[in-house]
Order: sequence, then structure tokens, then C-alpha cells
Amino acid sequence: MTEKELICVNCPMGCRLTVTMEGKEVLSVKGNTCPRGEAYARQECVQPMRILTSTVRINNGTHRVLPVITEKEIPLELMEQAMAEVREITVDAPVEVDTVILENIAGTGVNLIASRSMKHA
Amino acid sequence: MYDVVIIGAGITGTVLARDLSHCHLRVAVIEKENDIADGATMANSAIVHTGYDPEPGTLKAKLNVEGARLWPKMCEELGLHYKTVGAYIAACGKEEEDHLDVLAKRAQEREIPYRFLSRQEAKKEEPNLSDNVTKVLDFYTTAVIYPWEAACACMENAIENGADLFLNSECTGIEVLEQGYLVHTPQKDLLARTVVNAAGVYADHIAKMVQKDPGFVMRPRRGEYYVLDQDAQPVKHIIFPVPSAAKGKGVLAVPTVYGNTLIGPNSDYIDDPDDNGTSSDGLAYVRTNISKTLNSIPLNRSIRTFSGVRPASDHADFIIEEAEGLPGFINAASIESPGLASAPGISRYIIDELLSKRIEIVPDKEAKRTRKAPVVLSELSEEERNRMIKENPSYGRIICRCEQVSEGEIIDCIHRPCGAISVKGVKKRVRPGMGRCQGGFCEPLVLNILARELGISPLEVVLDSQKSVILESENRK
Amino acid sequence: MRHYQAVIIGGGSAGLSAAVTLKENGIEDIVVLEKDCEPGGILEQCIHNGFGLQTFKEQLSGPAYAERYVKMAEKLNVDIRLNTMVTELHPDKTVRYISSAEGDVTISADAIILAVGCYERARGAINIMGTRPAGIYTAGQAQRYLNIEGYMVGKKVFILGSGDIGLIMARRMTLEGAKVYGVAEIMPYSNGLPRNIRQCLEDFNIPLYLSHTVTRTFGKDRLEKIELMQVDEKMNPIPGTEQYFDVDTLLLSVGLIPENHLAEEAGIRMDPAIRGPKVDDSYMTETEGIFACGNGLHVHDLVDFVSLQAKRAAEGAARYLKEKKDRGTPLAVKPGENVSYMVPSCVHPEDANANVEFFFRVRKPMDKAVVEIRSGETLLRTMNRKKLMPSEMERVILTAKEIAALKEDVTISMREVTEE
Repeated sequence: MTEKELICVNCPMGCRLTVTMEGKEVLSVKGNTCPRGEAYARQECVQPMRILTSTVRINNGTHRVLPVITEKEIPLELMEQAMAEVREITVDAPVEVDTVILENIAGTGVNLIASRSMKHA
Repeated sequence: MYDVVIIGAGITGTVLARDLSHCHLRVAVIEKENDIADGATMANSAIVHTGYDPEPGTLKAKLNVEGARLWPKMCEELGLHYKTVGAYIAACGKEEEDHLDVLAKRAQEREIPYRFLSRQEAKKEEPNLSDNVTKVLDFYTTAVIYPWEAACACMENAIENGADLFLNSECTGIEVLEQGYLVHTPQKDLLARTVVNAAGVYADHIAKMVQKDPGFVMRPRRGEYYVLDQDAQPVKHIIFPVPSAAKGKGVLAVPTVYGNTLIGPNSDYIDDPDDNGTSSDGLAYVRTNISKTLNSIPLNRSIRTFSGVRPASDHADFIIEEAEGLPGFINAASIESPGLASAPGISRYIIDELLSKRIEIVPDKEAKRTRKAPVVLSELSEEERNRMIKENPSYGRIICRCEQVSEGEIIDCIHRPCGAISVKGVKKRVRPGMGRCQGGFCEPLVLNILARELGISPLEVVLDSQKSVILESENRK
Repeated sequence: MRHYQAVIIGGGSAGLSAAVTLKENGIEDIVVLEKDCEPGGILEQCIHNGFGLQTFKEQLSGPAYAERYVKMAEKLNVDIRLNTMVTELHPDKTVRYISSAEGDVTISADAIILAVGCYERARGAINIMGTRPAGIYTAGQAQRYLNIEGYMVGKKVFILGSGDIGLIMARRMTLEGAKVYGVAEIMPYSNGLPRNIRQCLEDFNIPLYLSHTVTRTFGKDRLEKIELMQVDEKMNPIPGTEQYFDVDTLLLSVGLIPENHLAEEAGIRMDPAIRGPKVDDSYMTETEGIFACGNGLHVHDLVDFVSLQAKRAAEGAARYLKEKKDRGTPLAVKPGENVSYMVPSCVHPEDANANVEFFFRVRKPMDKAVVEIRSGETLLRTMNRKKLMPSEMERVILTAKEIAALKEDVTISMREVTEE
């Protein structure tokens, strides 16, 4: 049996979690203040998941780049692959917030969406 | 062929260029950096000392007094800040009080106005004066200026009168010709009847290009300062300790023309004349020594520390002379304090006593002595501001929140003669980034304005020197 | 002179929240003065997630969080003047501003809310030996260049200071192909949120050098190298611990300071512990009718609390505008043992109309501590807290009932509990 100390990253509260593991199996999670903390700890010990935020090139926008965000978390190990896809994208202004910019990023089934609206310059 | 080639565009070189440009002469200034006033002129105490301090009989004494008398007129002609704040020399104890008498006697001989203040009288004016202070000698005509504003204005005036300025033109060698000199720079060679070496900390290096032994060695000394926020104004006058031969003018408090207070400097010999960083030891020295004359200096309101490198040498006095056996090759070296105060005096001395023996100097009555004063929005009345903004809306877009500098003023300073071509160049001329946020907010905006006005990519905009690029690459093509 | 019921200075997270709240409380005649070309303030460049969990129960990016408020403000017809820089504030509640569209204008108001935000401590404020080449930025500057302008400032990066923006930029630049060699923190503990240490450094194997600082920079034109040294308990570099990194970029994430030029010029009394104005339980400064909130009051770590505080300030302003009554004698609420500041700094027992939330920070990291609320010598209440860090803001609430019963000044302390 091993104990692992984690800091929950679900929200900025940063609860300190103690995970008890047997091999690759999570036996218990302590220190969480909400159910998402437990879910996070169980996932983090098996396959860490993260939200990806970045920018894509936008034509004729009020700025050169448009901020984007994945709708849900994607596996940390796929970040590089996801970034390679992000770098290739160009969109045209105007764009509304939450518009899907890229479907199924890095084969994760998760969409990349605009994280703000941007008008035509 | 140039009549005069000046090496170095610091305050000495630029004031000289201006004075020479008022005569029928072809003048060029070469500068190794990407902007003028990049060395000692950029980082000093900004004081026009009246000239009470230098030892009798020295060039420093003569030219300081003369320079201080010439500054007000030059500032008036060029529309420069010149703020008479007065200087308190604060003595602590009998021994120092005796030295005040020595200074007062010198001042009397040099016709410099002064008065003595008792501790009580001084404290009334300057409540933060330390209780150690027993007596004060007040040189009430002492002024502060904005040194790089002055250098820019002088160069601008010289350029308008036909002088040439070559930036990024390090002097790489000088050939002695039969009737003059050939000055090499990486871009071009300049043929000169006379040469003035005003190369600051590199003056010995330049002199050695033509002299086997110039008779002096530069010993650069670094001075570190705190700059306090404009809201913290602990003093109204410049506060000096009593000067000593060993320690120079000591650690001072200087209320600058823009309301920031300088606290410093220390004085450390350095090996690398380009090392203008700050050190914890140096600043600790400043902190300790300022407390000798002043209480409760709010150093926690420091917005910046900086250091300047004094072009000092192994000589105590200024070295302003024709190099032996080299007619028309003039060294203007070791121009440390009071170099700024002396600059107009140094210029006159070089022209009247040295250059005039080698070239014919005829005043040009057509030459411009004034320049079109730049718009300084923060100094205008409400009515004037509204008129300016109506005529040109870019004066209504404030780029620098701390110093309230508008886009219009930045555009102006880029397009003037001797205009800004770098972020630091803009900062020197119109002050965005001088305030408490130190450019945190406005630097990206200034960068974009520079790119647009100079017709270059943001990737090509530099901080200061030609290769000091700020942005590395486009993140998304 | 145009007169308003309320003028809000700043259209970022605090200003937008204050504007929405004023409108919701029936204060219709208001204007928001914003210096930038769009509302949202610094949130526009904070494209990472983590915003809005308290407010919207969602994980939003900074721009998305701002957009929610912008839309609320639009719906309520809030008058937001963009590209408008306030140049003067006076205690008589007149405000002078400049814009290309309107020129140099002076307006007056019955109430003013300062929502001016903060600025980053810059390189001039710390002692680093060596040359001053290009390649040294505040973390926020680099963030703006990258996330708004679309430019990378460098590819070989070191970060001084473990503030959150620096940590966020470590991840962001790594994902953009830069090599981040490390983050140095002069204190023996991190100054960033734990989640950022985890997600921004550990995820990418970026070393965190605690009790270390950058002591020297090299390079004439562009940064070429930095010197890193370990420091002792007095934060002095220890000779012999020099390490060198060949980097072209140094980011500084060494602290945020409330922007209070306007308040200071107006003569508003400041609290040196927060470097912002002293405010009461309605967020009114000691200058009547002028309120302050958000990062311009004291630096927060979460935008949600900025919005919340701005809402409280706007509620305070709305109540002031409607009632204009004497609230009686205030009692001070002071930071006690191990607490570095307290906001707000007083309450009005004779007018205890609502619960009051207090924001403060601990002075040092503590594993366990007891919050002790005292009125004079009397212990009112205690609460247990765990894992306290100066980088994380703490909050306690005094109920309206508790406040109404107060007779003496209040002290809130954090007594450290050390286990035997």
C-alpha cells in the first residue's frame, strides 16, 4: 500500500488530497471538500487530465490571435499532439465565444472552442 | 571634409555640436550606440552645480562656474526643463562646519550666491533633515535639469543647422594625415580637419589610436541610485553631505524636474564600463549614507534602481587639451562630475581656446538657436489640450498611464530630427516607462507605435542597441 | 460639468461587476471609464482556465469570464467609455479624463468607485548585477505579447519569482516550444497557488528553486546568460552556490502592487499594509463617497473574489446614494498575530446591516492554525484552519448580529498550532 499526496487542481482552492493506492488501484481519497476532488484524485493517479488553453491565428480580428480552450479536459500526455493541431489553425473574424474551432482535438473526442468573441477589426 | 568630427554623443559632444553648428563649419558626431546620450549622460544626478566645490585653479572650477552661467540661456532657447531648487550642504559637527566656510569662501571668490542657515532654519524648510545636521550652506541658485532631454535638443538643433549624426558608428581607428585626420567607422570613413574625443569611458581607448601614451587612463566608477515615486517627495532642495576629497560629493537626495527623487550615488571602481547593473552592497551603502543627513527617506517607495558609470580617470581634473604633436586632435576626457554642469563651459573652452587655433570659426547669423518645442500634454492647460486633441486625436490617446504620455507625443518624438528609433529612445524623449510601472503596461503599446511609424515589423523593434530585439518570433504565422 | 450618480474608474473585473451591481440596485446614471480599447482589463490576456468557479460554477478562461460580465453590462445599458484615461481624481468627487473622442473632460459624481487594478513590480525594483540588455520582461508583459499580440519573446527562458503569472507563463511558453529552465523563488516557499505549481511546473518537469534568486545578467544586446544563487535566511546570496543558465529571456513574477496614483493624489488615506486605500465595511474609503475594490484595493489571487468584492463595494455605494445616513462610530478590525493585513479595516456596529466578509493573508506558511477573533480582550470565536500559505488569501465572516453586539475594536489573529 502506498500513499500519495496530491493537490486538487479542479478549482483554485487547491485542496490537499491523500490517496491510498495498492499498485495501480486507488483504495481511498481523503482531504477533498467536494466529490470532484475524489474523482480528480482517482483520475490523476491513473491518467492525468488537463484543460488546454492556447491561441489560434485569426484573420481581420481586433487582435492577431484568438484565445481558445478545450471544452473538457484531455489527457496530459496528448498535449503536444493537440498543440501541433492548434498551431495549424487559422480562423476568420468575427467569431462568437464558444464557437467550435476544432472538433475532436488529438482524437480525444473533445472540441476546441473560442474562449472569447472577437469582432472584425 | 568635416571641419570637426566629434567622437561621442553624450552631453559634452552634443552641446559642442550645437555650438559649432552656430558657426560656418561642417560638423559630424559619431556615436557607437544606437542613440545619443546613452552613457554617463543617461545616468547621473542631473544637477547644474553652481561651481563652489572644485579646487581653485582647476579646469573643473573654471568651467563649472562658466557652464552653470550658460545653462539657463541654453534651456530657454531650446525649451528645456530648468528648475531652480537650491542645494543644501548639510554639515554635521564642527569639523564639517569649518569646511562649509571653505566652500563659502570659494563661492564668494567665484561670485556664486549662498547663505548660511541654522539647523532650525533649515529644518523648517526640510523637515526630514537629520538631527546630526548642525548647520547648512544653501546654494539657492542650484538647478536640476533633464540631461538627456538637453542632449537630444542640442543634437536636434545641430542637425537642423546642418550637422551630421552617425549612430552605430564606433570609431574603429584614426589615421593621422598631413592636414587632418581620417576617422574610421564600420560604415564609412570621415575626413576631418579637427577631431574632438568626447568618448566618455572610452576616451583613453580613442586617444591611444593616435597617441602612444595619452597621459591618462580611464578609471570608470559606477554610481548607484534609487528613484522614488513622484508621490513620495521627501525633500524640496538637493541635500548634500559636506564633500570630501576622498569620497567626492557623497550620497545626495535630488528632487528631479519630474518630481521623482534620486537617492545616491555610491562610488565603485568597475572593470567593465558596460556593467550598469545594481548591487546589494552598493545600494546598502546608499541607504546607510543617506541617513547621515536625512531621516525617514521612504526607500520603500523606490520605483527603480539604476547605476551610471562616471567617465573618471587617474586625473582629478578634467583633461581638455590638444594632444601633443597632433594639431587639432582634442581630448575632452575625464569629464566626470561636474561634467553636466560644465558642459556649456567645456564647449566654449574647446571652441575658443583650442579649435580656434586650428580652424577659422565664423559665427553663422542665419543659424537657428531655437527649436520647435515638443508638445507636452501633461503641461498644457485644459483649453490647450482640447485644442490639440481636436486637431490631432492621437494626443487624446494616453499610452503611459503613470506619466500621462499620449500617442501623439510618442509619434512626434519619433519623427523629430535625431528622433527615437528604440523603446528606450522614446522613453528618454517623452518618458513612457519612467513611472512606477516601469513600462509594464505601455511597452507593448510603444513597440507597436514604433513599428508602425518606422515602417518596420514589431519583430525589428529594439529596446536600445541595434541588436536588442524585444520579440523573438511570430507565435502564429 | 456633467454630473453622474456614480462614476466607476476601471472597466476590468472589478469595474464591470460594480457597474452591474449598481444598475441592479437601481442606480441608473453611471459611467465606466476604461483606458483600454476593450473592457475586461487584464483578464483579456489571462487566457488560461480557472476563472469563475465561485461565480459561475464553471471553469472559464479569463476572456470568457470577462465576456460574461460585459454581456451583463450591455444588457443593463451600462455606459462604458473606452480608450479613456482618468488623469485626476479630487476629494470633491470630480474626475478628469482624456480620450481622443471627447478630449479633456471633467465630470462630477455623488459616488466614485475605484476599480483601477494593479501593476507588476518591475526589474528596476530588484537588485540584479550586470548589464541591462533586452530579454527581461515582467511575466505580464510577456503574457500580453504572447496572448494578445501573438509574439513569443524568447525561446530559452528563466523565471524569477513564483507568482502565479510567472507559473502560468512557464506552462504557456513550454507548450509553445520554449525551454523553461527553471523558476527561482527567494522565499523558502512558493508564492503561487498550489494548483499552478502542479499544473504549470510539475506537469512539464520544470524545476522550482526555492530560496534562490537571480543575481546577475549577462549579454550586451540581448540577454545571454543569468546567474542563479541560493540565499540564506536573510535572503543574502550564499557565495559558492552560483549556477549559470544560457537563456535569452528572464521573466519577472515578483509581485503585484495596487495602482493608487489617483487615490494618493486625491489625498485618500492609504493602508501601507495593502498599499491601497483604507476602507470600511461598505468599501468606502476615508474620503466620503469614494469607494475602492478589487486589485486596486489589495491584490487578490482569484478573480471571483475581485468580482464579489466589487459587488459589495457597489452595494455599499448604492446604499450610500440612497440613504446618505450617519452610520455611527466605526470600530477598527485589525490584523493580529501572523496576519499581514485586514480588509475591510472597520465596521459600524450601529448600522450592522449585513454580514461582513474579511479578507486577509497569513505572514508565513503554517500547517495548522486557529483563527481567533477578539473584541478587545474577549475571545468571540475560533476556527481551525489547515495548510495556510501567504499566497492564498484567507476569509472570515462576521455576522451582522456579531457586529451589532461589538463594543470594542476587533482583532483577527492566526495562532499557529504546532504538533508535539
